[in-house]
Amino acid sequence: MTAATGVMEIALIIAFLALALGQIMSMIRLVLGPTVGDRILALDTMVINGLGLVVVLGIHQGIQIYFEVSLLIAMLGFVSTVALARFVLRGDIIE
Amino acid sequence: MSLFFIVALPFLGALLPGLMNGAGRAACAGVTFTVSLAAFLGLMTNLPSVLAGEVVMARVDWMPVLGLNFTLMLDGLGFFFAMLILGIGLLIIAYARHYLARGDNMGEFFTYLLLFQGAMVGIVLSDNILLLLVFWELTSLSSFLLIGYWKHLPEGRQGARMALTVTGMGGLAMIGGMLILGQIVGSYDLSVILQNRELIQADPMYVPALILILLGCFTKSAQFPFHFWLPHAMAAPTPVSAYLHSATMVKAGIFLMARMWPVLSGTPEWFVIVTSAGLITMVLGALIAIFKHDLKALLAFSTVSHLGLITMLLGTGTAFGAMAAVFHILNHATFKAALFMSAGIVDHETHTRDIRRLGGLRTLMPITFGIVTIAALSMAGIPFLNGFLSKEMMLEETTHTTLFGIWWLVPALATFGSLLSAAYCFRLIGHTFLGPVRDNYPSKPHDPGFGLWGPPAFLVVLVVVIGVAPFLAEPFVKLVTASLLGGEAEVPKAYFKIWHGLVPALFMSVAAVVGGLLLMGVFKPLLRVWESTPRPEAKVIFEGLIEAAAALARRFIHTLHNGAFTRYAMIGSVAIIALGLHAWSTGTVGAPTRDPQSASVVAIAGWAMLVAATGGLVVMHRNRLLSLILIGIVGLMVSIGFVFLSAPDLAMTQFTVEVVTIILLLLALNFLPNRTPIESTVLRRVRDAGVAVAGGLATFALAYHYLLRDAVSTPISEFHLANSYKGGGGTNVVNVILVDFRGFDTYGEIIVLGIAALLIYALTETLLSGPVRARLLNRLPDQPRAGDMHPMMMVVLTRVIMPVVLMVGFYIFLRGHNEPGGGFIAGLIVSIAVVMQYMASGFAWTSSRLRYPYHGVIGAGVLIAGFTGIGSWFVGKPFLTSDFTYVRIPPFEKFELATAALFDLGVFLAVVGAVMLSLESFSRLAHRAQDKDSEHPMDIDPSRDDPPEDQPKPVTEGV
Repeated sequence: MTAATGVMEIALIIAFLALALGQIMSMIRLVLGPTVGDRILALDTMVINGLGLVVVLGIHQGIQIYFEVSLLIAMLGFVSTVALARFVLRGDIIE
Repeated sequence: MSLFFIVALPFLGALLPGLMNGAGRAACAGVTFTVSLAAFLGLMTNLPSVLAGEVVMARVDWMPVLGLNFTLMLDGLGFFFAMLILGIGLLIIAYARHYLARGDNMGEFFTYLLLFQGAMVGIVLSDNILLLLVFWELTSLSSFLLIGYWKHLPEGRQGARMALTVTGMGGLAMIGGMLILGQIVGSYDLSVILQNRELIQADPMYVPALILILLGCFTKSAQFPFHFWLPHAMAAPTPVSAYLHSATMVKAGIFLMARMWPVLSGTPEWFVIVTSAGLITMVLGALIAIFKHDLKALLAFSTVSHLGLITMLLGTGTAFGAMAAVFHILNHATFKAALFMSAGIVDHETHTRDIRRLGGLRTLMPITFGIVTIAALSMAGIPFLNGFLSKEMMLEETTHTTLFGIWWLVPALATFGSLLSAAYCFRLIGHTFLGPVRDNYPSKPHDPGFGLWGPPAFLVVLVVVIGVAPFLAEPFVKLVTASLLGGEAEVPKAYFKIWHGLVPALFMSVAAVVGGLLLMGVFKPLLRVWESTPRPEAKVIFEGLIEAAAALARRFIHTLHNGAFTRYAMIGSVAIIALGLHAWSTGTVGAPTRDPQSASVVAIAGWAMLVAATGGLVVMHRNRLLSLILIGIVGLMVSIGFVFLSAPDLAMTQFTVEVVTIILLLLALNFLPNRTPIESTVLRRVRDAGVAVAGGLATFALAYHYLLRDAVSTPISEFHLANSYKGGGGTNVVNVILVDFRGFDTYGEIIVLGIAALLIYALTETLLSGPVRARLLNRLPDQPRAGDMHPMMMVVLTRVIMPVVLMVGFYIFLRGHNEPGGGFIAGLIVSIAVVMQYMASGFAWTSSRLRYPYHGVIGAGVLIAGFTGIGSWFVGKPFLTSDFTYVRIPPFEKFELATAALFDLGVFLAVVGAVMLSLESFSRLAHRAQDKDSEHPMDIDPSRDDPPEDQPKPVTEGV
């Protein structure tokens, strides 16, 4: 094992753990609330963290297609957040 | 003329009367007559070959694998019946032209009549018993339409329903019988079946098959105990009664018994069932007929009685009996159709069919009197008329028939039946035409025009000709009998004569006529006795039975299907759990073949989050918005799970579906309260929780079980992986499965998707056009609304990102066949791109920039997919066979062109259309009256000079 791959392995593990921790903490925030806004934000954070997880998984398994999945999430993930926010603010998301 | 044309002509011709309806009554009837005449003449062109004893065949393979072929056969028996159907049909059409009132829709009537005629001809010419069953059901359906032709009469509708129920159930039984017969012989071709008498009768399934087939015949031919529907079917217009219920349809059962005679008859079972059913029907029908006051009801029961007579003759299983039956079918068709038409004339002219209000019509309607008298006397069995001849043959046959070991039983009952028959014939003549002229007829009677009395008069001429010169009919009847017997027995040598000498049949005949006259002498006291005896009323019993069956079905259905989703989910879950438990406990369970793997920390974290989100959902499910957010997490974690398990295709689909789902649910939530109220009792919730936990545990157990074991046989995925590139030209197996291996499934699914979207659209449109509209329009927001309607930041962002998203969608679509992607995901991505514009700039602004309606997009998708599938027909391949090739267009690299891509385009369009149509329908509902449609993309636009519309205008007081 070369030094570079060794460092890579460690970096990946740290990234995984950090992202997983972030997910869990967002989850706690989501359950605790207290306002709907907190919860929507928690969901949005979870989408971002999930995106990160997919990227790290892609690096780990060396599969290029995973980046496309993450691109898709990045591109469209905000739509549900916007929709939820609109719902809270206006009630009707298409008006 | 080919047999196909003879059968097809009435069906094709059925289109014409409706078209000619506007051209006048004469044209309408004329075209119907021409069609029937063409079929009749076509039949006649086959007469020489039939007379030569040949069997004309015509065959087209339809579904050879199922043994269902379009095979037609014309022998003597088929010719005889086809001639009756088409010949009497011609007379009926001529008669109906004058019978139907101006208010009746003639085109509709003749369309039904021709459909019926075609179905009937189909029955008698079929050589394949499955084909015969198809035509058999068609006669039931078309007769339903004809009986209920006068839709405004409740009797007509009830009679039609009863006829359809009884004959339909008989038909169902017969299907079973025919299938058994086909199984025994190994062929569904009649010509083959008819050669296998020994094989069929030796088979243990012979008796069930016989009973089932006879059930079909007895219901159709109104044999006891199914005789009750026929009189109720008399609510039909008289031409229908004359055609269906005397000459043709009720003879279909008789025809089938005659057709099957060579293979089914001759056994004790056949003899006992058929002969006794026929005898009972004959006596019972005649007995009831005497006391009926309605002319048509009297004739209806007399028809029942005569059908019984024919059935009994077929039941004897002797060649002579069969010959008598054929002869009587011919005679009965002539005199009974004439009588029905005459009854119609009386009804038409006097406006009543009640015998008690008639009488003395002899001088007022001399022509009708003549026709009825001859026909009725023939039915009574008076010499020099055809009814006498076949009745004599029948009585002769009964003297040789011993039922249940009692030699006198059959002759005595037959004589008694004939006696009753003579009695009602005399009553028909006497009480309608003889006696004093009344002065209180509902309408002044007089003879009708030739159009009405011509057809029955023609039949009466036949009655007399055959009656006086029976030798004219003899060769033909013997020919038909020969084909009925099918070589199983010799055609009897006996000649048709009026005078046979002083044989027992003559004495029986005399006794019947004299007895009938005597009975009429004491009719009044007899009627009093009859009316004071309680009798079971068939209609009441029938309707009671139907009502009881319906109530039973209702109770059963309403317990299972009470409208509460929890109930369905519970029943479904419990049933599946029970089945699974049964399978697990009775099947063999192998030992685990795989070892559990150790889980990584990340996987555990993901799993924990899934569990937490699901658990949170259970706790907080009454808060609707919160549950939606939690569902979003579940979706996200599942997508990541798919990535983790190396299924990026599924991950992308799952993720895009999540986004669309959230938008759709938010649109719906707009109309719902924020919290789900508690509606069920604690007990019920505990029950539901129990079922849910059991279902979850069972699913877990199943998954765990399979995860630890290798598949028992080669999984289908092996095939897919091996053939994906070879057969489908794609390396993305998921996509090749969707568009190629299971393309037909996908095709069905996009159609369902389109239908679902259209349904959502239809429902919202209905809401918006109904009384709810005002409430929806004037709905006030249930919470203070904050912020801009169409914020600039969002508008700019969505505009910028739109081309990028479309590009990605396009890319994913094109790549789909070989790499993860495809029409479905691309469709979802593009939909999201469009939805973003809706959310940013509003419904009105976006819709006004829409060039194609979403309905059309769905339709285009389904059509493209369908035409791609059909395209493979042109190269002689089955539907949806795909093909692919590689092409090189200079500036580009070599690339693949596959028909599957075209199919995928259809999927893409259907998905876009369906998603957008449902979202659009929901947001259309949300439109409020007080919100003005904005014509600008965003509320605050620095480049615009006018003030934003949303802001309230400054109010100046006191001006």
